[in-house]
Amino acid sequence: MIELLSYEFMQRALIAAVFVGLAAPLVGIYLVQRRLALMGDGIGHVAVTGVALGLATGTSPTWTAVVVAVLGAVAIELIREYGRTGGDVALALLFYGGLAGGVLVTGVAGESASRLQEFLFGAITTISVADVWFTMVLAAVIVVVAIGLLPQLFAVTHDPEFARVAGLRVRAYNVLVAVMAAVTVTVAMRTVGLLLVSALMIIPVATAQQLVGSFRRTVWLAMALGLGAALGGLLLAAYLSFSARVAPGPTIVLVALAGFLLTWPVGVWLRRRRALRVPFAAETLPVAAPAGAHAVDEHTHEHGDGCGHPAVEHGDHVDYLHDGHRHAPHGGHYDEH
Amino acid sequence: MTAPDAHGTVVEVLGGGVVLGGRPVLRDVDLTVRGGEFVAVVGANGSGKSTLIRAVVGLRPVTTGSVRLFGVEQQRFTDWRRVGYVPQRSGAGSGVPASVWEVVASGRLVHRSLLRPLRRADRDAVREALEVVGLADRATEPVTTLSGGQQQRVLIARALVSGPDLYVLDEPTAGVDAANQQALADALRTVSAAGATVVLVTHELGPLAPLVDRTVTVREGRIVADVPGAHASASHDHHHHDGDRPVRDDHVPHLGAPVDRLGGRP
Repeated sequence: MIELLSYEFMQRALIAAVFVGLAAPLVGIYLVQRRLALMGDGIGHVAVTGVALGLATGTSPTWTAVVVAVLGAVAIELIREYGRTGGDVALALLFYGGLAGGVLVTGVAGESASRLQEFLFGAITTISVADVWFTMVLAAVIVVVAIGLLPQLFAVTHDPEFARVAGLRVRAYNVLVAVMAAVTVTVAMRTVGLLLVSALMIIPVATAQQLVGSFRRTVWLAMALGLGAALGGLLLAAYLSFSARVAPGPTIVLVALAGFLLTWPVGVWLRRRRALRVPFAAETLPVAAPAGAHAVDEHTHEHGDGCGHPAVEHGDHVDYLHDGHRHAPHGGHYDEH
Repeated sequence: MTAPDAHGTVVEVLGGGVVLGGRPVLRDVDLTVRGGEFVAVVGANGSGKSTLIRAVVGLRPVTTGSVRLFGVEQQRFTDWRRVGYVPQRSGAGSGVPASVWEVVASGRLVHRSLLRPLRRADRDAVREALEVVGLADRATEPVTTLSGGQQQRVLIARALVSGPDLYVLDEPTAGVDAANQQALADALRTVSAAGATVVLVTHELGPLAPLVDRTVTVREGRIVADVPGAHASASHDHHHHDGDRPVRDDHVPHLGAPVDRLGGRP
């Protein structure tokens, strides 16, 4: 194991894994926040066409992938913004177009499918020195932008309407998130592969939000988990490579998934504990209240948070379940609903 | 909080019209709000009252007529720190958890330039805003664990924290229990007493009624009444579920288009 780390290709792979492991979940957070968890996957499919174009024209597939992925990401964003179709339809169109285009162009160019496969599922151990530099620089830029603009990006992704009235250029920030996602996809392409990159963006975030209750903590924990999954998966693949041919992409994703499964029970327990403090426990309504009565009976208390009577949202107001009927506080008395 | 000129015009809508999908939602609306006023915009669901205030803050730009904020044409208005917007509470939280403190602090962005970290003044403002709405002890909790009324108070605090001159609130009391409505009213009384202008949309004033200077009633996209004080039918409006008369209450979205005649009360 130790002598494995002394190989130069392994050291390059470790450096790439560190940077990708930190950057991918950071961008993933904003995608999850915008409920676009599958966007990274869509961009990954589009980037296949970029890689194929690079292979076909003899230019660096990395750079053509960056260009095509950024164009695809901006296209997804614009279709969402202006199109009549929903965001998921726009994603689907690009999924299929990108993958089909990539396989077609590779075939036309006479490249073998195994060459394309390096990009689809990752081939971190064949990464060149130039690719390591490319990964380090772009990942560093992503981390700086995503952390530096955290307050703005949080506001825009959390509540776009409020952000707009606060004077933020919501559309520009949305495009920025899309471009960052595209760059992340191409950066992570050699590590985990285009078809699995989205996993490294989303799974650490999904794991982190089980455990913590604030955005900033989710950011830091997701980055730590992404780093752990990238390094752990790479070392696992290297260890397994003594006995079988294992690509690091799938092991990185499976290590991340294992982390998610391990934290799932903890998350369930934490949520249940928090739920006990929520006054609006979802309870089934009792049989319909006696109709028409306008209650004037005296209460020993005012219904409110934590008064002991289960509260249910009822249209525009809140009723309190009270001796088998519902009380709607109204002025100084309670209506029966 | 800088007190605006008490006689200055804060909001001015002239001949405002909004068309959505070829259907007029707002038609030829004139509304003037002066500095320090507390205005309630009331009306049934689908009457266009929410569209009216969304037009005021620029989320639904008017297709005809003009909107001015603090005397500046809405499209050219840039001084957003003077406006505190409280949107309708969204049912589900967003994907990633956010603490109460973080949501309120995001209201401070109008005072922060890019890449500038939070200063002591920002942190103090967040703490003060949370104290005004009575949630200082819940600051570190995820917003999703609060009740609907408490979440609404968080949104109020997010607007409070930037110290605006104009508050625009969309249905702040919807789905909020009596105790939380009272807490909301107390917070709004504080800002109103400090000289801020408040425009809010509601269909049940409840504990807000004593604060209201003027009630504007919107029906079918037009302003049909603009009277001083809290409008009686808007502030105390029983809706029983007794079933022996067809209930046209606001629990159910009305199926007719706003230009259609609705059978029940407005």
